[in-house]
Amino acid sequence: MDKNGVIKQLSVFLENKTGRLNHVAEILGAEGINMTAFSVADNSDFGILRVIVSDPQKALTVLKENRFAVSLTDVICLRTSNEPGTLSKVLKILEQEQIYIEYMYAFSEGTEANVVIRPDKLEAGLAALEKNNIKVLSEKDVCHL
Amino acid sequence: MIWNETVECMDREEMKKLQSLRLKRVVERVYHNCEPYRKRMQEAGVTPEDINSIDDIVKLPFSSKKDLRDYYPFGLLSSPMSEIVRIHASSGTTGKPIVVGLTRNDLSVWKEVGARCLTAFGLTNKDVVQVSYGYGLFTGGLGAHDAVQNIGGTVIPMSSGNTQKQIMLMHDLGANALACTPSYALYLAEAMEASEYSRDEFKLRVGVFGAEPWTESMRKEIEQKMGIKAFDIYGLTEIIGPGVGYECECQNGTHLNEDHFYPEIVDPETGIPVEPGQVGELVFTTLTKEGMPLIRFRTRDLTALHYEKCECGRTFVRMDKIMGRCDDMLIIRGVNVFPSQIEAVICETEEFEPHFFITVDRINNTDTFEVQVEVKEAFYSDDIKSMLELKKKIAHKIQGVIGIQPDIKLVEPRSLQRSEGKAKRVLDKRVLV
Repeated sequence: MDKNGVIKQLSVFLENKTGRLNHVAEILGAEGINMTAFSVADNSDFGILRVIVSDPQKALTVLKENRFAVSLTDVICLRTSNEPGTLSKVLKILEQEQIYIEYMYAFSEGTEANVVIRPDKLEAGLAALEKNNIKVLSEKDVCHL
Repeated sequence: MIWNETVECMDREEMKKLQSLRLKRVVERVYHNCEPYRKRMQEAGVTPEDINSIDDIVKLPFSSKKDLRDYYPFGLLSSPMSEIVRIHASSGTTGKPIVVGLTRNDLSVWKEVGARCLTAFGLTNKDVVQVSYGYGLFTGGLGAHDAVQNIGGTVIPMSSGNTQKQIMLMHDLGANALACTPSYALYLAEAMEASEYSRDEFKLRVGVFGAEPWTESMRKEIEQKMGIKAFDIYGLTEIIGPGVGYECECQNGTHLNEDHFYPEIVDPETGIPVEPGQVGELVFTTLTKEGMPLIRFRTRDLTALHYEKCECGRTFVRMDKIMGRCDDMLIIRGVNVFPSQIEAVICETEEFEPHFFITVDRINNTDTFEVQVEVKEAFYSDDIKSMLELKKKIAHKIQGVIGIQPDIKLVEPRSLQRSEGKAKRVLDKRVLV
């Protein structure tokens, strides 16, 4: 079992070609895998799809079967209230511990917001957030989002 | 205008006699003075006594660029070094360049054929010619230089580069003609437009362009922008450089100086000569060269020859535009590139699968060069930065080997065609005819 608070994000290499993203969505959909949050980082000729799914291991297997370059990456998903100033508070905590953010993406639902963070130092990041009473979601929490 | 009417308009039977005589002489020369040629002829069971007519040329073995590399630098000389007065070299494909040595007589043949070209372009001793081909090992600069002097014209030996000065001197010295590569001509045309001078302040009338393939649309663009008539001058370093052939005012193919450089078209697979007018591989024999004569040199260029008399009055054979190459060599931005070189680099780089796809195109008159590669599964990263590092790494490695940097495109695993016998690994989208 993974350390509580660390969740598995799916990272998929995509060529900048029409239909590639949809192909991933189709495969996951057909397998009954739900996507909770995702972002696409891109440059001129390729992109990296980063996605939080309901079943990361299964998603990894089916995408590999379909010849995608795919891997699992450890990230943190935290929950804060959806109101002004909260993101700044979280960032400040990480900044004070000199933790850099490689990338992040967020989604809000009603009064709450979920933020996916890939810090350069995962353990330290997690500890800092927990120490400051920031709610960090477990894999189980994320599956049910 | 015709520089040497006796030869350029010679009756074809007479031409054949002249070529026969010269072929016999050059074969004797290489047989007695150049061991690799002698050996190869002996292997083929041919002696100079077997060569009595130009038609006997088919008995002789071929030579190729590989020979020039294998016998680098002076192994193919048929004259002692004491008679070699100049060296030229072409850009090499893998490290070593192709080196040629010229005697005093070779230089006079060169300026003779060069004079025929310039005269066909309408230039005379009254003209001022700015030579903006590179001077040096490259045959373009000095070849054009000697040709201009031979017709009694005034040469401005600019060499390439320093565009502002090119424009200033072209204007101030009243150059009537510009000799350079067509792509540099286009560049200069744009610089002229951007300059402080208006077009009618220039006296430019004729363009002497060569050393790289160019299209009719490029010709039109240069002619329009510069207000000149643009002619193609054809040449290969191995044979002599610019002056192997030229367009006349009819611009109906390239007349080849066949009294010095005998052309054949052969089937690239079998090596058997094809019928006149049919497409095949161009093969040259230097009939009069002394320093480094080449016998049946296979150019790997595909074209066709036409022997009907031209409207300009010349009887010299006419060659179609080069239609492509029969090996897999690509010429990208003037550099010879073999896909096998790219393959070697990719195979020895552990992060990449041994598969690739090259796409070459020409956009705004500049060659584009893209190489698609697949990253090995273990080296895919979630991090854009490290993926971009991989791109940079392979681009630099390829540049180190071939001299020019490709645009690397990372593609998804197993998306490139695998070699099943003959995988298609090159797409050349350039339209050069």
